[in-house]
Amino acid sequence: MANLVFPDAILVKNYISGDESALTSLIERHQSKIYGFIYSKVNDRDLSDDIFQDTFIKVINTLKTKSYNEEGKFLPWVMRIAHNLVVDHYRKSNKMPFNRETEEYSIFNYMSDNAPTIESKMITDQVEADLTRLLDELPEDQKEVLIMRMYQDLSFKEISELTGVSINTALGRMRYAVINLRKIIEKNQIILTN
Amino acid sequence: MAKLYTKKKFAVENLKPKKETISFILNYSKALSIHKIGNSNFQIIAN
Repeated sequence: MANLVFPDAILVKNYISGDESALTSLIERHQSKIYGFIYSKVNDRDLSDDIFQDTFIKVINTLKTKSYNEEGKFLPWVMRIAHNLVVDHYRKSNKMPFNRETEEYSIFNYMSDNAPTIESKMITDQVEADLTRLLDELPEDQKEVLIMRMYQDLSFKEISELTGVSINTALGRMRYAVINLRKIIEKNQIILTN
Repeated sequence: MAKLYTKKKFAVENLKPKKETISFILNYSKALSIHKIGNSNFQIIAN
């Protein structure tokens, strides 16, 4: 679609002038970011769809009443609307029921803090940093496969396609990468744990 | 079970709204017309 090459500002202008296909292009261009943003806040696909829909109803109303002030910031403006609607949702849905503390009821009987402490977070960061340094010791082909598999979450099929080797070779490289990592860890008497 | 020391930093889930949602928005946009008369805005939604 030719619209895809136009900047947002032109598409908004075209839409206000009556070109409905400009809105299609704007939605196509930004839907992932806006929907992803909403989903990251509410963690519910149906609710995210509802808020996404309400966001664009507000966008359409504002654009059609010609009260939108174009400053080249279409996406941040839409994100702000989405953010406000998420906040409204949480206000309405009364997610925080109020309980007064009594002798029988104490909030601390029900609450526990499973969040990592600063210490454990520091240890985790340290372990991850150490591991990253260890990866640099591996041969390039093994390091590449290990990073794709463990950090980028690719399947061995995808890795084989990207690196241009067979799946078996990729599997072999992963196996040797792990064996070599263990050897380096043993040799240097490194303890990776938390 | 073995410990996992890696973070899936680069794994991005590409989330998109349902087709029905997009279709509703586009149809709403096509159906809506707003007329400004004096200081008031009148919204007309064509069926």
